[in-house]
Amino acid sequence: MSQYIAANQASQRAFYQQLKKYYSFYTGGFLLFLLALAVAEQMGMSRRWIGYWFLFATIALYAGIGIMSRTVDAAEYYVAGRRVPAFFNGMATGADWMSAASFIGMAGTLYLAGFDGLAWVMGWTGGYVLVALFLAPYLRKFGQFTIPDFLGERYGGNIVRSVGIFAAILCSFTYVVAQIYGVGLITSRFTGLEFQYGVFVGLGGILVCSFLGGMRAVTWTQVAQYIILIIAYLTPVIWLSYKHTGNPIPQLGYATALQKVTEREKVLATDPKEIEVRNIFKARAAAADAKLQDVPAAYAADKAAADKKIADLRAAAAPAPDIAAAEKAAAAFKDEASAKAAWTKEKGLAARANPPTPHAQPFPGKDEKAQDIARRNFLGIVFCMMIGTAALPHILMRYYTTPSVKQARQSVTWSLFFIFLLYFTAPALAVLAKFDVYHFLVGSSFASLPAWAANWAAVDATLLSITDVNKDGIVQLAEIVLGGDIIVLATPEIAGLPYVISGLVAAGGLAAALSTADGLLLTIANALSHDLYYKMLDPSASTARRVTVSKILLLVVALVAATVSSLKPGNILFLVGAAFSFAASSFFPALVLGIFWKRANKWGAIVGMAAGLGICMYYMVQTYPFFGGVAANQWFGMSPVTAGVFGVPVGILTIIIVSLLTAKPDERVQELVEHVRYPHLRGDTLNTQGT
Amino acid sequence: MQVSEKHKEYWRKNLVITGILLSIWFVVTFPEAWFARELNQFTFLGFPLGFYMSAQGSLIVYVVIIGVYAWYMNKLDVEYGVDEGDE
Repeated sequence: MSQYIAANQASQRAFYQQLKKYYSFYTGGFLLFLLALAVAEQMGMSRRWIGYWFLFATIALYAGIGIMSRTVDAAEYYVAGRRVPAFFNGMATGADWMSAASFIGMAGTLYLAGFDGLAWVMGWTGGYVLVALFLAPYLRKFGQFTIPDFLGERYGGNIVRSVGIFAAILCSFTYVVAQIYGVGLITSRFTGLEFQYGVFVGLGGILVCSFLGGMRAVTWTQVAQYIILIIAYLTPVIWLSYKHTGNPIPQLGYATALQKVTEREKVLATDPKEIEVRNIFKARAAAADAKLQDVPAAYAADKAAADKKIADLRAAAAPAPDIAAAEKAAAAFKDEASAKAAWTKEKGLAARANPPTPHAQPFPGKDEKAQDIARRNFLGIVFCMMIGTAALPHILMRYYTTPSVKQARQSVTWSLFFIFLLYFTAPALAVLAKFDVYHFLVGSSFASLPAWAANWAAVDATLLSITDVNKDGIVQLAEIVLGGDIIVLATPEIAGLPYVISGLVAAGGLAAALSTADGLLLTIANALSHDLYYKMLDPSASTARRVTVSKILLLVVALVAATVSSLKPGNILFLVGAAFSFAASSFFPALVLGIFWKRANKWGAIVGMAAGLGICMYYMVQTYPFFGGVAANQWFGMSPVTAGVFGVPVGILTIIIVSLLTAKPDERVQELVEHVRYPHLRGDTLNTQGT
Repeated sequence: MQVSEKHKEYWRKNLVITGILLSIWFVVTFPEAWFARELNQFTFLGFPLGFYMSAQGSLIVYVVIIGVYAWYMNKLDVEYGVDEGDE
């Protein structure tokens, strides 16, 4: 046995050295590729072609790794042969973890929400503490293939496993729809394809990584994707930081930028021109509100006025374009319903009548009550994202792939370190971009906008729109409407970098979305093929058959997810938040109590998981408008994404109460718990390693 | 399978370190965020302290917590003879 271990460790060391060599070459090669494209750009290569090169070269690369890693062996397919060294598993987890929402959306959320956006940053990093302390080493010792596997073994019986399968699919599917949506968005932006086609091109990219090689292929492409995404994220921010603060380390340098932004906020809050614009919005919103009080009367009056204007213009033989414009304006009021919609939208301008919120101020609100609710929601988001992190099956599954318990522990450290690199840069990027907007865009004249602003405003009005509301020819802050995603997408241009860096950023966003989608699809397909098919329906299936079934299911799930995404369902951040709350309420209590409390039993787990998930879903349906819910149903003013705040405690308490009311688990379970608690027990005959 | 007194002691030590690290995690997360407004009255490295902690400070503490846990437990494994063989 010990000889076997020694030989195994020697080969593991050699494998690690080899991996380091491969990925160093790979990183060097990628940098050369960047350099070559930069030269090509100087020599006149068009932007569209640079975009194509990034798209096709990176997807071809992932496909290459995917094909080289093809396998029909179950342990290779489900857990990459359990020989992924801690360092590389950390990188793979980082890519698995950081989605399109983190890469593209995070800095934008921080730009728009200021301090309150930091709830996501804290939640999505601090959760790893729980992974490290409560789950990773124990799951690795248990050593099977999926999370429902653990629940099934620990609590016994197919009901627990079924609840586990249902919860795993529910949260992974919600999350993967958001990812494929992101892939479609980036692909269509990249190449000019329609969004719907972009989704399916992106899907091809996802499938080439995971289809042939399962977890093994996904692991090695995720490492490659991490390297691209981190280079893509950091390069423009470092440059922007150097440009604005003289310090190339953005995380230190942005202190001065934040101070200047704070000073500038004070100036802009009281600037007469800014107040003028805000008053225009206030007046327009008030006028619309007045009309909404009595829609039929206001409609009749407006329609009469519009008709009279057209008649007057005709009578005065005004130029044709003026008449056409007046007719167009009148057509917008074709019936009461459309007039009402237009006024409701106009009433929403009241939001733009407020002075800017200071960036570093926590929990802003108009009165103490609103501030308290903001603070409660901040803590609620932090709580749900942290517990959700420590419960999402696609992340926990990664800790089955390390060679040992020891490396599983180290691997969590590397995972969080690699994630931290991006997450502590995002707040810096948000402040640096704000510095730029507040100092250079605000106050510039409409005739000569900064180049990046002019470009983006022309490309997509949902990302950036600037209108000269008070007709003074100068940009006021209140005249700018900015979509969060522009912050990351436009950073290279704001920093004055060549277009090749913009292509790099898009490739990074694509890598982030693809890698997360891969991990999630694999989780769903494995829950169906391994847990449902093999463990419950046909336990005598051969290895080759299991892997084949898994591959087919992967394809089917991917197509279903892509079809759902192409329908553009709702808000991405909500979908992501919902996935976390679902996972937190269903898995976390049953997993942690299963390891730390021997008395937890089957019925406790079944009822507890169902109760936690049930409360969580009930709360979302009651409060989220998409399901017909209303904000008035909220408990303590908590927003729908924080449903886990209620689901998690209910889950924990239910498991404890029901377990105590029903019979103690048997001897076998006691042994299993002892087995997972110690990395190696002499004389322990229990072997839970999956094959 | 025999779980001896020594093994139980190993598990108790594991629970102690888990508890200590978890309390540190708790403090830099929830009370820190709850009192962010008050912390912002202080300045650290040029940042308002509450903002700094949520944007960087707490994150650094998280990385350190996990690193310390891995280091301590891997050492404890060897000490109590429950390690998986040396590397």
